[in-house]
Amino acid sequence: MAKKKFVVGCFDNEEVLFPAVKKVRTAGYKIRDVYTPFPVHGLDHALGLRETSLHTAGFIYGITGTATALGGISWILTYDWPLNIGGKPHFALPAWIPITFELTVLFAAVGMVYTFCYLCQLAPFVKKHHFHPRATDDLFVMVIECTDKTNIDDLKGFLTNNGAVETDVQVAEEGWWWGRYDKDDEKTLEKEIVAA
Amino acid sequence: MAEQTLDFKEQFEVPSKMKTWSYALIGIGLLAFIIGLFTKGTGTNEEKAIFMGTIMYNTIFWTMVCNAAMFFICATTLAMGGWQMTFRRVAEAISTLVPVFGIITLVVLFYIVFTGNHEIYHWLDAKQVAADEILKGKSGFLNVKFFVIWSILTVGLWSLLGWRMRKISSEADLEPMDFNTGNAYVWKNTVTAGLFIVWFALTVGSTLPWLWLMSIDAHWYSTMYSWYVFASTFVSGVALITLWVIYLKNKGYLEYTNQEHLHDLGKFIFAFSIFWTYLWFSQYMLIWYSNQPEETVYFKGRVQGPYKGIFFLNIIINFICPLLILMKRSAKRNYTLMTFMAVLILFGHWIDFYQMVMPGISKDHVSLGWFDFGILALFIGLMIHFVGKALASKPLIAKYNPFLKESIVHHT
Repeated sequence: MAKKKFVVGCFDNEEVLFPAVKKVRTAGYKIRDVYTPFPVHGLDHALGLRETSLHTAGFIYGITGTATALGGISWILTYDWPLNIGGKPHFALPAWIPITFELTVLFAAVGMVYTFCYLCQLAPFVKKHHFHPRATDDLFVMVIECTDKTNIDDLKGFLTNNGAVETDVQVAEEGWWWGRYDKDDEKTLEKEIVAA
Repeated sequence: MAEQTLDFKEQFEVPSKMKTWSYALIGIGLLAFIIGLFTKGTGTNEEKAIFMGTIMYNTIFWTMVCNAAMFFICATTLAMGGWQMTFRRVAEAISTLVPVFGIITLVVLFYIVFTGNHEIYHWLDAKQVAADEILKGKSGFLNVKFFVIWSILTVGLWSLLGWRMRKISSEADLEPMDFNTGNAYVWKNTVTAGLFIVWFALTVGSTLPWLWLMSIDAHWYSTMYSWYVFASTFVSGVALITLWVIYLKNKGYLEYTNQEHLHDLGKFIFAFSIFWTYLWFSQYMLIWYSNQPEETVYFKGRVQGPYKGIFFLNIIINFICPLLILMKRSAKRNYTLMTFMAVLILFGHWIDFYQMVMPGISKDHVSLGWFDFGILALFIGLMIHFVGKALASKPLIAKYNPFLKESIVHHT
């Protein structure tokens, strides 16, 4: 998979982060993501991310579940193997509703979990590159994609001027990364840590 | 935050257009009442029962819907919710109607009970009860004395505790609170809200719908019934709050209430529509499954009889529509769509009340017509009149409430 160079700017306060995000975006840089220790309200809007379509997928999975349940049960109980249950009609819709409901929920839930994992590139043995370990503790880590034309020193200076307490340059796997932390990190990922 | 000054229109003034509308609706309602009194009210026993039943389901519906506004306040208070603070006064204003509609309800119900109208309540007929094992077994609960005392207690305590909640709310208009007064204030709110919820559970959550509504079909019983009535009235109550919030926003009030609050109100309407359906279906399916005559009698006339259309319309309006229309996030944040849905849901649950009450009174004739809508107009007119008056009597926002800031910065 493709490796890419990123400039990483670390902020220790969300009140500094928001204006910085705005300025970086207006300056024309492409922010890949901002890693935060906790969910920050409004950050998705500041980053200009589009609404997730996960719920649309969920709706489709749910409808699939409904159709599967109703289709399956009605085929079995009215055509394939009709049974007389307490004198009820073969097509006994009320009795099927709980199962239909359960299957709808099951399909929607399981489908959405797998879709979510796929979108986040999470799977067994897939590794994620950590741009900064303190992103899980107290640091807001902004990751900016570099192109051929990006002047890295300029960008670092720009971030520092906008309140970054730490900046560095990292090369990371962009897509699915099946490698190993110990080998890949040392051999193929050139990592310069430059304290701001 | 006490030092911060808030910039908002504090005082609601009742527009003359609103006054005209409320008087017009009350006028139409009274006209319908008088015409109904001389046509239906002087007819056969069944027509008389339809006349009383129509007034009865309307007044019970509106009392419980307005009371649901107080339930909304108390439930959010107990949950330490802050998001409702910017428009809480709207719910308070709606809840001021509980004593008004409550007294109308009591008058109507006591009239039915004291004139021994056994066309509506079969258990009022001593001869029938004596000859009927089932009714005899229920006579400890279904008798005039208990009915009267419990109804008065119910409406009285609803009004009293609601009045206390509103009085506590007014204290937050006076002066800024420091940490300790704020704490004490929240605790005082919590205690009263807790008392209200307990009483609400004992009445709306269990006994009252059995007594007022379920006893119309005196032989039949369902333990789901009260919850079902609760869900029905609560979702209508939230819809009514939403309508008033949107109305005030359109008039330029409630500056701090925005789409975030509307979104959460929409979630309430969506969630409790589903909850209503869940209870409706649980009640229906168990009866359908066991298929015992003394239980299915309730659904016989409704599902297969003349009330079939209304029965299914009820499910379409109250389940299918909110499920499909309100599912999307953008729908819950859209003022036009939310207005439409709130009106639709209020209408739907009014129909729901109609089909809870009337098939028990008039088994063969669906009476839904001009008289029902006339009486509905009367109650809507009264509602607009009194809510407008209540809104104008207080500032629209309790500015020193400790939770107000949480509501202003609310983000969904």
